[in-house]
Amino acid sequence: MKMVTAIIQPDKLDAVREALIAAEITRITVSRCTGHGRHQPQAELYRGQEVVPNLLPKVRLDIACNDAFVEIAVEAILGAATHDGGTVGDGKIFITPLEECIRIRTRERGGMAI
Amino acid sequence: MFLAEATTIDSGATAWMLTSTALVLLMVPGLAMFYGGLVRTKNVLGTMMHSFAAMAVIGVLWTVCGYAMSFGPNALGGWIGWRGDLLLLRGIDESVMDNGGIRIPEYVFAMFQGKFAIITPALIAGAFAERVRFRGYLAFIALWSLAVYNPLCHWVWAPDGFLMNLGAAGAIDFAGGTVVHISAGVSGLIAALYLGARRGYPKTAMQPNNLVMTLMGIGLLWVGWFGFNAGSAISSGLKTAQALTATQVAAASGALTWLLIEMVHHGKSTSLGIASGILAGLVVITPAAGVVQPGGAIVLGAVASLGCYGAILLKNRLGYDDSLDAFGVHGVAGMIGAIGLTFFLRSRWLAEAGEKVAGWGVLSQLGVQAAGVGVTVAYGAVVTIVLLVLVNKTVGLRLAKPDEMAGMDHSLHGEHAYGLLNLN
Repeated sequence: MKMVTAIIQPDKLDAVREALIAAEITRITVSRCTGHGRHQPQAELYRGQEVVPNLLPKVRLDIACNDAFVEIAVEAILGAATHDGGTVGDGKIFITPLEECIRIRTRERGGMAI
Repeated sequence: MFLAEATTIDSGATAWMLTSTALVLLMVPGLAMFYGGLVRTKNVLGTMMHSFAAMAVIGVLWTVCGYAMSFGPNALGGWIGWRGDLLLLRGIDESVMDNGGIRIPEYVFAMFQGKFAIITPALIAGAFAERVRFRGYLAFIALWSLAVYNPLCHWVWAPDGFLMNLGAAGAIDFAGGTVVHISAGVSGLIAALYLGARRGYPKTAMQPNNLVMTLMGIGLLWVGWFGFNAGSAISSGLKTAQALTATQVAAASGALTWLLIEMVHHGKSTSLGIASGILAGLVVITPAAGVVQPGGAIVLGAVASLGCYGAILLKNRLGYDDSLDAFGVHGVAGMIGAIGLTFFLRSRWLAEAGEKVAGWGVLSQLGVQAAGVGVTVAYGAVVTIVLLVLVNKTVGLRLAKPDEMAGMDHSLHGEHAYGLLNLN
């Protein structure tokens, strides 16, 4: 089992979510987050003054997968999260080993619970 | 009606009309909050901008030529009004108007009417929320105001407008049931049908991002509506009090009815339900506020909520995307009010109409009201479709798919509304 964590641009959330659903990956957790990367922040305009946010808003998706689904999830995200075929700031995907997964309702453990 | 010489001004009536003017303007940010709370997080600012942009665009346009087109004497066979010196309101700098012996500065009347011109196109925006380009929207409301609102306003409210003079005592539209609500509702419906549904509708869930804001918005609308209706008497006296009372009663009755319908139908009354009921009650009493008594206002408010609730159920079945129910509430309740008021006319009104034309009764007035509604629906629908095609083919109205998915706030305005709250 792996945990696939993707950090993407907020405006691509719908596109990524729909790509994942199309790949039959429907069990995801989505949260807002902020951070620094190589992405130079895009200035926003407030009363004519350019304001460069120092922490950039991003969206984080956490997807717990059985091993067979990891590449499917990654491909779906890669296909949907880019701007113009790939721009600085499109985000990152982290894949980490997942030690255990437990469904609270049934107490099932492991791959069955995902 | 309009006198040029400066005469004694009725300071009481003027003070109330100034207050009403401010109250009607307050409805526009109220509407922005009402609509803004109902859309998804990524479209809050874009949606609120629709209301605020109407203040900017129509606020200028009305001064430049809107007032001249609406309240000048008949021109082009009565299609619009026109008086050259009303351009930029030049001719009314010192004029005092006389409304049955009540004298107020004409500027106050012009500004009061200007607020109605502002809010009407902003209402339409509810029908095509979350899917139009900002530039196209600006072009559309400017053209719509010139080609639909100003002529309708002239027909219904100018002293020589043809609907004002239909039958014994004119088509009754006290504060804008036809001019404002039916015209906005029908045009909204046409726009929703022409532009098509939002991407993913109705399969994707599209929950309101902030019902707290929606409730504050309907609160401001209710308060502002006292200016809208009670100000439409253009006086500060008995008629004002009658209109204010009818407005209060109908809004409460609409709210109560919607709560009860939901309680029976769903087992739970909702906050969006009470907000919708208030709005239905306020819209239905708008044409009627000057001619019905509290009992009639209660019935109209209740019927409006029933009608609008049914219309929204029907919309969900038919599957078209009138996103925030501009037609379902404003169009439907506006029609119920304009037609239904006939059955609750106060006897004094009927007596006075009977003096002008012998034997004038409820049925004869019903024909006049139906004609007023029919003319508004037909004219609004036809001109709106022409304008939609025109704007969509030139400036572009429908938002491109990637922009719609990213949300209007990001793609059209380069801002976002909330910090890290509310993902949807």
